Amino acid sequence: MTTATFIAPVASLGLPTGPFFDAAAIRLGAGARALAFFGQPADDPAALTLTLALEAGGRIEVLRTDVPRSQGFRALTPAYPALHVFEREIHEQHGVVPHSHPWLKPVRFPSPGPSGMTGYPFYSLDGKEVHEVAVGPIHAGVIEPGHFRFMCLGETVHHLEVHLGYQHRGVEALLLRADPRMLTPLVETIAGDASVAHAWASADALEALAGLAAAPDVDASRGIGLELERIAMHLAGLSGMANDVAFLQGAATYGRLRTTIINTTMLVCGSRFGRGWVRPGAIRGALAGGVADAVRAALGLLKQDVGIINDRMRSSSSVRHRLAGVGTLTHAQALELGMVGATARASGLEVDLRGDLPGALYARLPIATVVEPVGDCLARALVRMREIDASIGWIRAALDAHPGVVRSARPIGPLAPRTLAIGLRESWRGEVVHALETTAEGTLRTYKVQDPSLRNWHGLALAVRGNEISDFPICNKSFDLSYCGHDL
Amino acid sequence: MTPLVTLAHLAALLLLPVPMVGVINRTKALWAGRKGPRLLQGFSDLRRLLRKRPVYSAVTTGLFAAGPLVLLATTLVSGLLAPLLGGFAPLSFPYDFVVFAYLWGLGRIFLMISALDTGSSFEGMGASREATYAALLEPALFLAFGTLAAATGTTSFAGLLDVGFGSPAQAVTSLGTLLTLFIVLQVETARVPVDDPATHLELTMVHEVMVLDHSGPDLAAVQYASAMKLTLCAALIAGLLNPVRAAGAPALAVAVNLVLTFGVAVAVGFVESLVARLKLKVIPQYVLVGGVSAAVALLATAWMQGGSR
Repeated sequence: MTTATFIAPVASLGLPTGPFFDAAAIRLGAGARALAFFGQPADDPAALTLTLALEAGGRIEVLRTDVPRSQGFRALTPAYPALHVFEREIHEQHGVVPHSHPWLKPVRFPSPGPSGMTGYPFYSLDGKEVHEVAVGPIHAGVIEPGHFRFMCLGETVHHLEVHLGYQHRGVEALLLRADPRMLTPLVETIAGDASVAHAWASADALEALAGLAAAPDVDASRGIGLELERIAMHLAGLSGMANDVAFLQGAATYGRLRTTIINTTMLVCGSRFGRGWVRPGAIRGALAGGVADAVRAALGLLKQDVGIINDRMRSSSSVRHRLAGVGTLTHAQALELGMVGATARASGLEVDLRGDLPGALYARLPIATVVEPVGDCLARALVRMREIDASIGWIRAALDAHPGVVRSARPIGPLAPRTLAIGLRESWRGEVVHALETTAEGTLRTYKVQDPSLRNWHGLALAVRGNEISDFPICNKSFDLSYCGHDL
Repeated sequence: MTPLVTLAHLAALLLLPVPMVGVINRTKALWAGRKGPRLLQGFSDLRRLLRKRPVYSAVTTGLFAAGPLVLLATTLVSGLLAPLLGGFAPLSFPYDFVVFAYLWGLGRIFLMISALDTGSSFEGMGASREATYAALLEPALFLAFGTLAAATGTTSFAGLLDVGFGSPAQAVTSLGTLLTLFIVLQVETARVPVDDPATHLELTMVHEVMVLDHSGPDLAAVQYASAMKLTLCAALIAGLLNPVRAAGAPALAVAVNLVLTFGVAVAVGFVESLVARLKLKVIPQYVLVGGVSAAVALLATAWMQGGSR
């Protein structure tokens, strides 16, 4: 049976450097998808441990090797561009050079000084009429900080460089400081709009390390929390897109409907943003009796109203005029960049962890993967609309299949020593990856977090090429990526 | 009689802009299912801005501070030329509508210069967009004014709107110029579908981005002047639609004109609630619609006058 969580003793994973890169090239060449690629200090201080997690045919495979820090390694990026940001991150975090990587610009520049940034000025365009527009990190609205550098000719954008790192909080270091069983409140703040997804991926990994298999009711409760989060954030995204093109009815109605859903989330777990819904070993989101009825009632209301406003959005020629053909990320580009989540699905990639690695829950209660072929802003709006419908149906089925989900808690025992566990969940934005490795004493040695935004930001940069600069905000909103999730 | 009407005109010019914006915002709020702000909320907003200390960037010169003042002053004077209450203006002389159009042009150029003075790339982009639209809008506006002058046989603003809907040709002239003036209103006062007055997205703005650096009383002057331009445009449209002639029943004509002016605000609110904003690239085409409709009005007028000879 396919499972959504990977667990294996560290000792079983190591490969010599040569076979590691050979195996990686064979797997990637055969179409395996990279889930994560990261470095961590090896037992030998002169070496760096590289871990590559791949997914193919519903199976997770993890390859690992030690490379000497002084020599670096041959970059995989030239052959497999989807790994570009991972190798940049490895270079930034550990100072080990992936040779022949085309662009080792730091990802987050965590040190206070200019440090590695000085070697990487913004790309520039030559020409008499060419001009640059610098936007941010402070914006005119209540948005997270990020810097965008546009190279324009007139109103047309020829290149965009996305420059992030302003939200860097040192999350991965913070996660190693406390008792791993107490980490969930911190995990929920990695990207506050995907609290349930991050908390669930983290709980998956911890429970696997503690040898605890999640009971069907536990999974169902968490799944309902995740789908409610997806519905709420897709509604927020559609409201934001309508607002950005000044389509008042959409902005107002989607915003109102989102309130219904996040209030329902609050009814279950006490927080409108799903905080407290997931705790390792526990069911916090009880869905029995009156609460389940309230969720059903809210979904009924939503189903009715969202259909009406979706029709208005789809049939309004002025909205179509603003969204169709704008910010197109082609299927080939999305595939090459290794895009994930709803954005990838809007470019025709069938990438959805709920279908690819269903685990017991989604095998029992499958959910259809929504794909739109075109890759423009309209496609990203349509994916959201259709995923809302799919999630409503899924939650109803889950409530029917699990009628009496009540609160419960099982203690998390000692963690297995020298073991790597990777929890993966499909957030509304894309796949969330939490990789935890224990020491010989059963404490945490490495905690690697990966938000889908890390992989998707470069897709935005490609999508706006050739578009008008005034269409950048709607493109940005249609991708709806996280700054803090990227910056960690 | 005349001093009384002049006083009424002045009061309307100074007071109407705030409830006009209030009506638009209320219309939008009702469409969005909200209650919306008070109709006179604008007065509180202006008072708040007036009590603030303006902030000036160290790189700006006197031009930056002059922009809002010139804009407000030119708009005020233009308001004395326009028949705000129908059929009468305190200042009236032959071809005064030319002065009206170039007073607005003067205000606009100062706003653009003050935007360029900040050195910000956004404000430069906004000024460049504004200049593009203004260049397309001005011929349309003059075509409309010229058509009206030909249709009514008058050369002064006060009598210009007196075309009426008596014959099919007159109706086409009135409706054609009305559409031109409605588009002028949307472009000049930064309304949807040309601009979005509510947006926070600096890259999509036209008018809003030019005033991004103004604060306190300067910002109040810009907002007040913009609302006043909106009122003047709406009043011109109301004058075209007004069936009651000032000569016969002045009080009734003024009352109907006021109601129609607010009706235009409701229409602006409807457009903003029901359509999305246009792509920046096609806005020039939208502005051209105003020119074409003025040309149609001109043809109708020529046909009408050819028939009378």
